[in-house]
Amino acid sequence: MTQTKLEQVVRRITAPLVDEPGALLPVLHALQDHFGHIPTAAVATVAQLLSLSRAEVHGVISFYDWFQSEPGGDTTVYICRAEACRAMGGAAVETAAKQHLGIDFHQCSRDGRISLQPIYCLGNCACSPSVMVDEQLFSRVTSDKIIEILDAIAGGNS
Amino acid sequence: MNGRVYVPCDSTAASLGADAIALALQKLHPEFEIIRNGSRGLCWLEPLLEIDSPDGRLGFGNVNAQEIATLFADGMPTRAHSRCLGPVEDLPYLRAQQRLTTARIGVIRPCSLDDYRAQGGFAGLAIARRLSGAEIVSTVVDSGLRGRGGAAFPTGIKWQTVREAPGNKKYIVCNADEGDSGTYVDRLIMECDPFVLIEGCVIAGLAVGADEGFIYCRAEYPLALKTLQRAIELARDAGYLEDFTLRVRKAAGAYICGEETALLESLEGRRGQIRFRPPLPALEGLFGKPTVVNNVVSLASIPGIFAQGAARYQSVGSGRSRGTLTVQLAGNIKRGGLVEVPFGLTLRQLLEDFGGGTASGRPIKAVQAGGPLGAYIPPALFDTPLDYEAFKGIGAMLGHGGLVVFDDSTDLGQMARFAMEFCAVESCGKCTPCRIGSVRGVEVIDKIHRGEQPDDNRILLRDLCQTMIDGSLCALGGMAPYPVLSIMEHFPDEL
Repeated sequence: MTQTKLEQVVRRITAPLVDEPGALLPVLHALQDHFGHIPTAAVATVAQLLSLSRAEVHGVISFYDWFQSEPGGDTTVYICRAEACRAMGGAAVETAAKQHLGIDFHQCSRDGRISLQPIYCLGNCACSPSVMVDEQLFSRVTSDKIIEILDAIAGGNS
Repeated sequence: MNGRVYVPCDSTAASLGADAIALALQKLHPEFEIIRNGSRGLCWLEPLLEIDSPDGRLGFGNVNAQEIATLFADGMPTRAHSRCLGPVEDLPYLRAQQRLTTARIGVIRPCSLDDYRAQGGFAGLAIARRLSGAEIVSTVVDSGLRGRGGAAFPTGIKWQTVREAPGNKKYIVCNADEGDSGTYVDRLIMECDPFVLIEGCVIAGLAVGADEGFIYCRAEYPLALKTLQRAIELARDAGYLEDFTLRVRKAAGAYICGEETALLESLEGRRGQIRFRPPLPALEGLFGKPTVVNNVVSLASIPGIFAQGAARYQSVGSGRSRGTLTVQLAGNIKRGGLVEVPFGLTLRQLLEDFGGGTASGRPIKAVQAGGPLGAYIPPALFDTPLDYEAFKGIGAMLGHGGLVVFDDSTDLGQMARFAMEFCAVESCGKCTPCRIGSVRGVEVIDKIHRGEQPDDNRILLRDLCQTMIDGSLCALGGMAPYPVLSIMEHFPDEL
């Protein structure tokens, strides 16, 4: 996408939200929903439309784990690291996923299919360990089950 | 019509195959009416199907899509079926509860105004509309309700402060950034009974003179966000929001934004860094205006307080902890789920009578109460009653009501390390004791685990914890040492 084209898209997405009180988070969510991440080239346009400095916009993007500056995998797998999941073997699920994909958290599998993200609580703590694939939640995930889930995504039938 | 089948639609039930069950049922039995109700919070039984009967709704627990064909082979199963649990409301787990705030979850379809009204919805608002703002505030004061997010500050007093604050523009902010591990009642309310939260927000607005509100909900809760959006549209179309603008705002994955001043920063479109206090948010909150910031459970308790009377709510409880607490049994527990009971029950009653012990069948080693900043409590203290002051007395806190159970295979030394690691990941960076202290905490704990001058390093760790407690600006750095210190005190072999 050319810079001009990108700017047009960013303007189209941002414009309806400009008058929202405290519009920056809704704008960034909308951009990430559209692009899958927040392109660095969009920062200047967002800053201009919201009368903010580029530093302010960048500072907000970098503060929140939810916002990604780089393109990630087609699918994001979130593995809960919090206490209720650890009480049921969540740490082993985390290790199994990393080993199976050969990557660490905040990285993307080599085929570009899967991004692996840590998450701190999915609110499913009575049926832990929990994993979320994009917006789909999984309960009572074991080391074996996470590999099945990852293979299903890689096989394209998630 | 050949009968109704209730298939819960919340995230937990969905994660265990409820949507597939609904599809399978529809295909096999197009004559059935399938109701997508919320979850009753009996999480260990999900997916919990229900069917109508003269004795009430009969439950079938832990159903999977593959067995639908056999379960419904002869049409509707009867109470005599081997899988039938009997009437759901007669299950001891539910019978022993007193559901005031969560009375409707699992009973109704989340986004049905008719269902909501049929179960007493909007009765509280109708009563509140006939009262003055001052009368609404005094009703809440009389109920004895204290903030259920964790800080336990009297809700009525907070409202009074905002009501009396000068200024024409005021805000209601609902803190739905339920980040504590082991807690999920906010999610259940938002996914299963969203109108009660909306009703609570409107009543809060009437009380303090606010015409605008925000629900700041975690990004980790996609279904709650969608359900709230839909419910707000429906409530608006039905005329319940004519004098009150309510918006849902999606958070962005920062635990610190559960702290109210960081939440306000985030709502204003900034980094979620905490603010110095004073000024209190009640006087200078969102966009500098007087603001009520209340947790989901606090606001969801309000309509019932008006519908049934403040005296009714105040009449249950223990000591200065009035009403009910929505306890969430989590982690290594056999019967994990939502337990709404009056304050005063003991931890043991919750863990054993409701929870049935661990899921693994091994002995309980410890329970972490009140989220990642809460103490690890040993079995010797399980006779402590649920009561804000009693918990404080044992160096613990009830917080948002989450109880995470660990069995005897747990390495609590690693959990202490995790408490510091979590603080390091989630620190907003504004104050040094939290930002740097948490990183040093991980390092010192690692040294102790490696056997490097363990006695000296334990002294150093205690000193570091005290510095964080005394010097941090908010509860994240100020309380992250509590799990660590509780493990050092109660489980000295582990750290």
